[in-house]
Amino acid sequence: MNVGIARIAIKLLISDKAKFFTLVLGVTFAVFLILQMTSLFIGILTRSTSNVLNVGAQVWIMDPTVESDRTIVPLPDYLLNAVRSIPGVLYAFPIYQGSGLVKLPNGAYQGVNIVGLDDTSLFGRPIILEGNIYDIYSEDAFIVVKDAEYKKLGSPKIGATFEINDHRGVIVGIARSVIPGLFGNPTLYTTYTRAIQYLPTTRFTISYILVTLKEPSFLEQVKREVSKIGYRAMSESEFVEMIKKYYMFKTGMGMNILMMTLVSFVVGTSIAGQTFYAFVLENLEKFGALKAIGATNGDLVKTIILQSSFVSFLGFGFGNLICSSYIAFAKMRIPNYAAIITYKNIFLTLLVVVLITTLSSYIGIRRVIRIEPFEVFRG
Amino acid sequence: MNLIVEASGLVKWFGEEAARTFALRGVDLWVSYGEMLYVVGPSGSGKTTLLSVISGILRPNEGWVRIKNVEIWKLNSSELAKFRLNNIGFVFQDYHLFPKLTALENVIIPLVLKNIPWEVAQERALHYLDIVGLKNRATLPPYKLSGGEQQRVAIARAIVSEPDLLVFDEPTASLDGETGKNIISFVRHNILNDKRAIIVVTHDTRIFDFAHRILHMEDGLIKNEVNHAS
Ligand SMILES: Nc1ncnc2c1ncn2[C@@H]1O[C@H](COP(=O)(O)OP(=O)(O)OP(=O)(O)O)[C@@H](O)[C@H]1O
Ligand SMILES: [Mg+2]
Repeated sequence: MNVGIARIAIKLLISDKAKFFTLVLGVTFAVFLILQMTSLFIGILTRSTSNVLNVGAQVWIMDPTVESDRTIVPLPDYLLNAVRSIPGVLYAFPIYQGSGLVKLPNGAYQGVNIVGLDDTSLFGRPIILEGNIYDIYSEDAFIVVKDAEYKKLGSPKIGATFEINDHRGVIVGIARSVIPGLFGNPTLYTTYTRAIQYLPTTRFTISYILVTLKEPSFLEQVKREVSKIGYRAMSESEFVEMIKKYYMFKTGMGMNILMMTLVSFVVGTSIAGQTFYAFVLENLEKFGALKAIGATNGDLVKTIILQSSFVSFLGFGFGNLICSSYIAFAKMRIPNYAAIITYKNIFLTLLVVVLITTLSSYIGIRRVIRIEPFEVFRG
Repeated sequence: MNLIVEASGLVKWFGEEAARTFALRGVDLWVSYGEMLYVVGPSGSGKTTLLSVISGILRPNEGWVRIKNVEIWKLNSSELAKFRLNNIGFVFQDYHLFPKLTALENVIIPLVLKNIPWEVAQERALHYLDIVGLKNRATLPPYKLSGGEQQRVAIARAIVSEPDLLVFDEPTASLDGETGKNIISFVRHNILNDKRAIIVVTHDTRIFDFAHRILHMEDGLIKNEVNHAS
């Protein structure tokens, strides 16, 4: 690489301060928007699967019509025994997931997520912060999750009592969840038996059957056997993927994010593209003169690519910086703010930036390649 | 006589069929080392076209051009670019300097294109700025310089790679009379030497005195030739 060309190229670029500023701003803006959009999206997608990931089961068995964790189709009790008798199944336990209504001491009502854990195994139990998990067996016992929604129940301590669906409830423990949920309701754990006693339920009461395999290799076999009896078994990761796809494609959320990303892309490209083109046009005759002097198209293309790479590098850096500060700030103010910046969306943003600057410089490059030194001579 | 440029039978036309206009209708020309040659003539007579064909930036339809015994229109375009870079210095009417780079950076460009290391290039560029009397203006951008000073920077850029042939197209057209005269006088006495030649296209009669020889063009042909005793 010719360092001299690089020096001249960068100097040429930054010496036009107004254009340089606009260029970097355009790319920064696009990077910020795209990164912000996609990290919010990834954050929301991750949270959308909290009902699955917080339980931590190897295999989930559900009704074959289930599309996401939003619609729970209750399973008949006999299915539990049928699953237990499938070869390759080590354990199988039921779990209840539903919602209830808590009446607060001040008379207000608050919707809650209820998780009913299998009475014998407590499979899917949360991580206990205070109290003892086995107190869940005591009368009217509930364990509350201390997450961003916790204070909606009035931040209850151990021993606090409340009313849930016209039954008495008492807090016996405080737990934490691995991943906070998407919908802003507090979560209460209790036993499966109590859950289905307290909460209005359909004829069937099992939400999912959770399975542990003897060996991971039994997965396919178990899936086949379960589908033979008219139900569906999925590994945890398959279930998670299905839920994410649901949110991406069936809720309009993915479409919206895609649109916003496209808009940011278009806006970023037009700002950067126009400015860059104006920059090239302004120097066109000089580039033509350089061609007369003996610069090759390759030299000039190199110059322009260097300039656009430099702009994208800066814009990408600033965009990342601003976006991560923004998210950090938002998380300070709104503890439940979902955005997560992952390598995936950083990489995606980088791709978009490269695309923006490639497109922007492309028209400039074409123009520079076409200029004839003779035209410069003729004036 | 020792010739740096020889050209013969140069024909150049633009456009096709009925719309075809001839800019050169068969021009023969030679330039010797140490010579300052002027090409003059009315507007549209083909001066710029001739200069471009001779200096390897516009391909003629017919004829050949030999510079330092290289038949330049037989080179491919990248060889030709390299040939220009090493052998020909260009000075344009509107200078065509990058207005926001410094004078020094503008002069460095041809050296950078030749892959000369930055520090060496810088030193050499400074040397040539010194020759044109602008060493103390090296760090200023051209837009802060006067027209005459800008043309001197352009001359420094043209000679920094030590070419043997310099071509100037209307070098004084954007300058006032006195400045133009001073610059050409400077070029004649300080830039021209036995090892190089300079071709100047001009309308400017005030600088005719500095020519060794003047070619008069008309309608794509050289009509007559005037030798100046100098
Ligand atoms: N790219 C082009 N397309 C069509 N015609 C051209 C082109 N370039 C030059 N010509 C024609 O060729 C002829 C010679 O042009 P040229 O520029 O060489 O004249 P000139 O002597 O330099 O004129 P001036 O003194 O005005 O600079 C003119 O008739 C011009 O119109
Ligand atoms: Mg002309």
